[in-house]
Amino acid sequence: MAQVQLKNLEKTYNKTNKVVHGLNLDIHDGEFMVLVGPSGCAKSTTLRMIAGLEEITGGDILIGDQRVNDLSPSKRQIAMVFQNYALYPHMKVRGNLSFGLRIAGRPKAEIAAAVDKVAEILEIEPLLDRLPKQLSGGQAQRVALGRALIKNPGVFLFDEPLSNLDAKLRASMRVRITDLHRQMKAEGSSPTVVYVTHDQTEAMTMGDRICVMQAGRIMQVATPKELYNAPANLFVAGFIGTPEMNLIEGAMEGGEFVMGGQRLALGNELGGRLSGQPDQAVLGIRPQQFSLVSEGPALRAKLVNAEFMGHEVYMHADCEGHRLISVVGAAEFEARAESDVVRLRPDPKTLHIFDKSDGRNVSLLGGSIAA
Amino acid sequence: MTDIHLSNTTSIRTQDEAAAAKRARMDLISSVVRYALLFGVGFLMLYPLIWLVGASFKTNSEIFSGAGFLPNSPTVEGYVRGWQTSTPYTFGRFFWNSFLIILPKVIGTAISCTMVAYAFARFDFPFKKILFGSVIAVLLLPNVVTRIPQYILFRDLGWLDSFLPLWVPSALAGDAFFVFMLVQFLRSLPTDMEEAARVDGANSLQTLVFIVVPMLGPALVSVCLFQFMWTMNDFLGPLIYISSVDKYPVSLALKLSIDTTEAFEWNRILAMSVLTITPALVVFFAAQRYFIEGISAGGRKG
Repeated sequence: MAQVQLKNLEKTYNKTNKVVHGLNLDIHDGEFMVLVGPSGCAKSTTLRMIAGLEEITGGDILIGDQRVNDLSPSKRQIAMVFQNYALYPHMKVRGNLSFGLRIAGRPKAEIAAAVDKVAEILEIEPLLDRLPKQLSGGQAQRVALGRALIKNPGVFLFDEPLSNLDAKLRASMRVRITDLHRQMKAEGSSPTVVYVTHDQTEAMTMGDRICVMQAGRIMQVATPKELYNAPANLFVAGFIGTPEMNLIEGAMEGGEFVMGGQRLALGNELGGRLSGQPDQAVLGIRPQQFSLVSEGPALRAKLVNAEFMGHEVYMHADCEGHRLISVVGAAEFEARAESDVVRLRPDPKTLHIFDKSDGRNVSLLGGSIAA
Repeated sequence: MTDIHLSNTTSIRTQDEAAAAKRARMDLISSVVRYALLFGVGFLMLYPLIWLVGASFKTNSEIFSGAGFLPNSPTVEGYVRGWQTSTPYTFGRFFWNSFLIILPKVIGTAISCTMVAYAFARFDFPFKKILFGSVIAVLLLPNVVTRIPQYILFRDLGWLDSFLPLWVPSALAGDAFFVFMLVQFLRSLPTDMEEAARVDGANSLQTLVFIVVPMLGPALVSVCLFQFMWTMNDFLGPLIYISSVDKYPVSLALKLSIDTTEAFEWNRILAMSVLTITPALVVFFAAQRYFIEGISAGGRKG
């Protein structure tokens, strides 16, 4: 059992600079948990505290059922993959893989067998007698992964392991890591993974659950689907999804959202439910949820720019002084009426209304649009 | 029309070729001048050393007969008689004495300075800033200031006329310069590898020995090399602490051969000087590769 629990975890530098503000997080046994957030949100610091590389100012960390606050990294049943791989430059790949086992004083035959097994899994057998400086980025990454794997730990910690790779390699490593995790689970070893990244694509594609962080606080912990469909607040709404969710400031008047000269009726259900909500609100619409229509209720916007992406088009349009991004099919875009003004109709089930004062999502159920 | 066109093309090509030839000629002249100048200045600077080697094969009378370095009738008499010395011991004894000082001093310096520098660069402990400040203060302190208190200390310890005062302070990280140099080098190394080693289960000492020291290689070679050359050349230290001739290192022995002879046998002195500088030169050229390798042997950038 290697679930990881963070209880009121805090970190303060130089007694005044508080960077982690009482985190509470339960990571289940065998779960792939991704910590994601912009630079400086303390996700790496949190990971390093779990690893034991950073001292904890307050709170507790439990791995399994054991409180590990005061344990050295080697006694926490963890293995870590670093951002720049941290391979020992003077040791060959074989030496890098076996270092931990040699330090632990394991028998030579056992070490050799473990190295061979890991090398086979990661397809790095031909590299075993090379030095790290003779490896490409992807190969070094696999060796770093192997060094973690060979320890057979309860918890794997990844600190932005793919950020130094090019886009193509990153995509293939993403799949390799999740495959490996799934395979290990199938074999019954059930390792827990805590994976730090700033890349939301990595987070969305790899994580069983995602913990979105900002400025040392947890914004939301949920499955990728839930994060996308039901962001708990403005930050998560803006952070998850490509292109970003359109966030339009306006006011709630009765059951309608008013922005400049246009009014968007939210429909009976949503409108009724939000009638008591604060006047100042932010409307959130995913770019993918717009359709181009020629008539009926829709937002009128002036087309400013169109980015042709192949099968779809990113349309940038100006709506009452707000820049709206919408993703529409290339055919749909081509078939539109020849005019600067486009009529964008959002999918009524996917609208979000946020309270402007605290950023809370006050509408987690869809509404319907009426003219 | 065509003829005119062709002749124009030809003349342009001829002009181009002429310009290229001129450029090549200028390049050649420039190279010749540069290399001649470099060779000349280099030769001028190396001349005393070349003369030293040449003169060590001259007879005593020939040494002062001209400034040339090639001996008329080369002889190894200077080496043979210089080696015998005017003492009951051969010069080999003095080399051995130097070796007995240098070896523990260099090894002790490398070990102690690495440990002290590692502590300063990587750990937080009480009074760290004050202690590091005192290291820097020692670095700025002239050596002469500490001579008398040190002498009294070593006298009270009963270490006079032994090699101990010459190497024990260095083996206890007494050379602030080396500590400072290694601290600076360590600060430039990423800490990821050390953290990875800690996660792999290594304790601080294992991390130092298996991970940090190999990365410190180039800096440690420099430390050892400096310590070797400075100790080989140290004259004042042995002069103060060593009084028995049988314990003299080569630096004192060279002076000895000047003092004890009525008429100086310069060819012997020069021959022994050549032998004295040989180890330093050999060690320097052997270790030069590591200087060039420098920090690139350190971490791998992602």
